[in-house]
Order: sequence, then C-alpha cells, then structure tokens
Amino acid sequence: MNIIFFLEVQSLQKSVSVTKFKNKTNPLIALKKDLTLNKCAYLMLAPVILYYLIFQYFPLYGAQIAFKDFEFSRGIIGSKFIGFENFVEFFNAFYFWRIIRNTIVLSLYNIVFGFPAPIILALLINEVKSTTFKRITQTLTYLPHFISMVVICGLILDFTSRGGVVNDLLHLFGVPPTAFMLEPQWFRTIYVSTDIWQQVGWGSIIYLAALTGINQELYEACNVDGAGRWKQLITVTLPGIAPTIIIMLILRMGKLMDVGLEKVMLLYNSNTYETADIISTFVYRKGLIDMSYSYSAAVGLFNSAICFVFLIIVNNISRRVNETSLW
Amino acid sequence: MLKRRSVSEITFDYFNIIFLVFSVVIMIYPFLYVVFASLSDPARFAEHSGLLLSPLSLSFDSYKAVFDNPNILNGYKNTLVYLLVGTTINMALTTLGAYSLSLRKLKMRNYIMMGIVFTMLFNGGLIPTYILIKNLHFIDSIWAITLPSAISTMNLIIMRTSFQSIPASLEESARIDGANDLVIFARIMIPLSIPVISVMILFYGVGNWNAWFNASIYLRSREKYPLQLILREILIQNSTDSMMTGAAASDDKSLVSETIKYATIVVATVPILMVYPMLQKYFVKGVMVGAIKG
Repeated sequence: MNIIFFLEVQSLQKSVSVTKFKNKTNPLIALKKDLTLNKCAYLMLAPVILYYLIFQYFPLYGAQIAFKDFEFSRGIIGSKFIGFENFVEFFNAFYFWRIIRNTIVLSLYNIVFGFPAPIILALLINEVKSTTFKRITQTLTYLPHFISMVVICGLILDFTSRGGVVNDLLHLFGVPPTAFMLEPQWFRTIYVSTDIWQQVGWGSIIYLAALTGINQELYEACNVDGAGRWKQLITVTLPGIAPTIIIMLILRMGKLMDVGLEKVMLLYNSNTYETADIISTFVYRKGLIDMSYSYSAAVGLFNSAICFVFLIIVNNISRRVNETSLW
Repeated sequence: MLKRRSVSEITFDYFNIIFLVFSVVIMIYPFLYVVFASLSDPARFAEHSGLLLSPLSLSFDSYKAVFDNPNILNGYKNTLVYLLVGTTINMALTTLGAYSLSLRKLKMRNYIMMGIVFTMLFNGGLIPTYILIKNLHFIDSIWAITLPSAISTMNLIIMRTSFQSIPASLEESARIDGANDLVIFARIMIPLSIPVISVMILFYGVGNWNAWFNASIYLRSREKYPLQLILREILIQNSTDSMMTGAAASDDKSLVSETIKYATIVVATVPILMVYPMLQKYFVKGVMVGAIKG
C-alpha cells in the first residue's frame, strides 16, 4: 500500500511544478474564475474537504493541548498554557527510556526479519512454472491479512498459552511448558514472527508485480550466454526489482518510530510491559485510562514529530546514496 | 526453446515447491485447527493435546452455545448496522472526492490533494481526536464509529487514479451534450468503474467488519458493542485474565468454553471467508490500478 502513497507524492510534485509555471494571471482572480466555472465539481468536493478539515486537520489544531493543561470544561483555547512542562515531565519520566527502547527494538526486529520475507516469497513464487500452483499459493498466503486483529491475537494467546498447541508440541521434545505471553523475553519473537505470518503474502504482491515488469528478453539473453538460474537471479531479477525494494525500505524505515497500537494492545499485559510497552500504548493508557489528556497528547505529538523528521532524514540519505527518494 | 535442465536446477525446483507447500500449510493450518476444534466434542477436545487433523467426534454443541449467546447475536446485528452505514458513507465520500479530484480543469486540485496526502504523514494523534469526538457529542453513538474513518486516503488515491484512466473523450462528448459534472459522474464514471468500486466496497467492508479500536474507546453501553468487541472479551480479556490468575483449565465449564471460543471465531470469520474469493479475484487488480501510471 505504501507504494501508492509514494507514487502519489511523486506525481503531485510533477504536476504542481507544472501549474506554477503556467499561472501568470492574478491568482485571486484566477481562483474566483475557477470556482464559478466549476461550481458543480467543487460542490461535490465540499463534503470531502469538510471531512478532512474536521477529522484530520482539527485534531492537528487540537494537538496544541500538549502545551496546555487541558480541561474539558475550559476547552482547547481556554485551558491554561504551560509551555513545555508536559514534555519535560515525559523526558524525565521513569519509563521514558523503556518505551523508546521498546518501540525502536520492536520496529527494528520487524524490519530485519519482516522486510526480506515478502521479497523471498515473491522470488520463490516467481520461480514456480505451474500457473495454477502459483495462483493457489498466492491466494492462500494472502488470507491471514484479511482476518481481524482480534481473532489473530486471540489465536496467538490461545496457541501460546500453557495448555496451548505450541506447548503440546514442545512437550513431545521434552520441553517444559511455558506461558509464553507472560514472559517478557518472548514478546518480541512472537510479535515479529506472527507479523510475518500475517503480512508476508500481502506484502509480496508489490514485488510480484515488479517481477512481471522485468523485460523477458534479458532472460533470453541470459539463456543464450549460458547463465544458470542463480546467475539470472543476481544479474537480472534482483537489479530489476531493486528500485521497488529501495522505495519500500525507505517507507518502512520512515515508520521506524511509528508502531501500530492495535496488535500490541491486544497481546500485552502488565507482566510483559518490560518489553512490550511502546509509545502508542503508553499514550493510550496515559490518555484514555489515566485521563492525563495533555501529557498524553504531548507524548503523541513528540512521537509524530520524530516520525516526521525521521522520514525526511531517511529520504535525504536515500536521495544522496542511490538517487531514489520520495521527494 | 527446449533447454536441458541441470540436476541442481531440478533439485531446486523440487525444494522450492516443497518449501512453498510447507509455507502454505503454516499459513492455513491455524485456521483449520480452529474449524476442527470448533466441531469437536468439548470433553474429548479437552483431553486431547497436540495438533488436530480432523474434528474429534463431530459435535455441534459449541455452535449451539454460540447462537444461544445473546451478546454474540447482538454484536452481529450491531456490526451489520455499522458495516452498512459505514460502508455507504465511505463509498459516497470516496467516489465523490476521487471523481472531483480527478478533473484536470480544477485549478486547486493539486493543492487540495497535497493537503490530503499530508494527513498521511502527520496527524493530530489519538487524544486530540478523542477530544474532538467528545466535543462533537459523538460518544456512544454510531457516528463515532462511522465518521472518523469515513475516508481512507489510500482508497481515495486508488479511485482517483482509476477515474483518471477513463478516456477524457467520453467526458467531453457528454459535456457537449450539456451534461454537468454530477451527471457525468453518475451516468458515465460510476458505470464505467464498477470493478474498482466493487474492490473499494470489499476493502471498506472488510475494514468495517474487522474494526474494533474506535468502538472500544468511543462506545460506552454494552448493547451497542460490535461483534469484534464481544470477541475481544471472549478471546483476549478472558484468556489474559485466566493466564494472569493462573486458573487451571480443569473445571467442566472452562472445558466447554474452550471449544465455544473456536466456534465463535468461525462464526465471526465466515463472512470474510465468503467474500474472500471475490476479494482476491479483484483486489490485486484494484491495488495495481492505483500503482500503474506515468
């Protein structure tokens, strides 16, 4: 899905620079003309703009409560301004380093093990000759992506419990039973491996599409030159999908600090906070359970800002190193 | 062209197939286990340990228990209502937005699009959104579930790209005949985009069916809970509680509930599995519609 976002950003840049070049008349007059000429189209667009203003931009405006001591009775504007107090409190909090570390480590594990998995799957599927087998494999590997997170996490908790299937199987090898989800040292392993299980098939779509885009004549040339399958993989296939891999990696790295809330929230418990508590779950607990709205909003804003800066840094590095970037 | 394959290539092909079959089994087996367990006799299942290759003495007791549970039936009903209202709002806004943003004549469309794409990079976050919903008095109402996620920007972009790929000449000839944007949208664009629209309905539908988080923070009264929240109580909260308290799964009641749990999962997942063949036929196409362009 990320790739769609990437293509959109690129085409927008192109088209915006074109329109700038063409606009020579007074922009206000041009705008008025545009509005009257296309009244109908803008009316159709109005509810959409309204949606984005209310549900996306208003919360952005509301994020200022991070600098205030927000109370519902006083409202966003009326609440007392306290500057960076919430941020300072967060940086000095006992759990500050723990949740930062957990977020980064969980994310890094997920990239190191989860990023190559769909690429490998796509390459293996691509080597299969029978189209029926290919199609069936694809269909079945996409399936976990569509099952609800609640069901997936329910299954994980159930299978890894003391009397669950995983322990039953380990018992055959004489391993004593463990309640895996109560042990902090198992949390990351289980999170990452089940994440691969859920997303590997779906993630491989984009690479399979890139693989079909490779010029078939290159393979024929390889055959003429007597290059084997392995040689073809190294000299034709991998360079062919390299741009896709790089873009996906940039987008993935840009989300390093942005770990989703839902799965962790369903899997963790107070025994595993040591490795499982991440920024987003901390925001959730502080804000919606302890009701420290401003403090929690400050943590959330800090996280968004870091994510944003991180994406820009990763993008710039990538532009310098291999001339592929989002913008 | 006939080419002799070397021994190593043949070996690779075999291992590749074996590996892929093995992966597929890992992907699918957990679900098969759930189906087998749900159809098993509760008492026999409780004594059993390890994998299941077929139901242990076929029994529908667990399903009976699931359909006797008023919470699950009520959750089902609520989810269907949220799904219908939610997906209708999703589709109305997404198609309208995608079509008007695909019109090249709109001078401001790129700036509006930039504003929309920006929200994918940066948003207000959980708490400011919660405060907004509370100030709008949406708490504990269907609007808290359907409106905040009314448009998925990703889907909007996919739809817009697909509208852009419809030849402009069709639109021009309709315009010469005096049709305005709304007429073109309803009479030309929608009928020509049925495949993408069905993909979108399925995407949004699956998303609405599976959604639980907004419901869990915005809904207060239990009779309004969607199915996923009831499932969360049964699957997550109960098992976490029993794990934490170390309750032994030995008394008869929890034996029954073990298979009921699996039957609940099946009941809650069957609708997805029913649309899955359709979904899977169209969705790669739908995803690629968004990706293929200049």
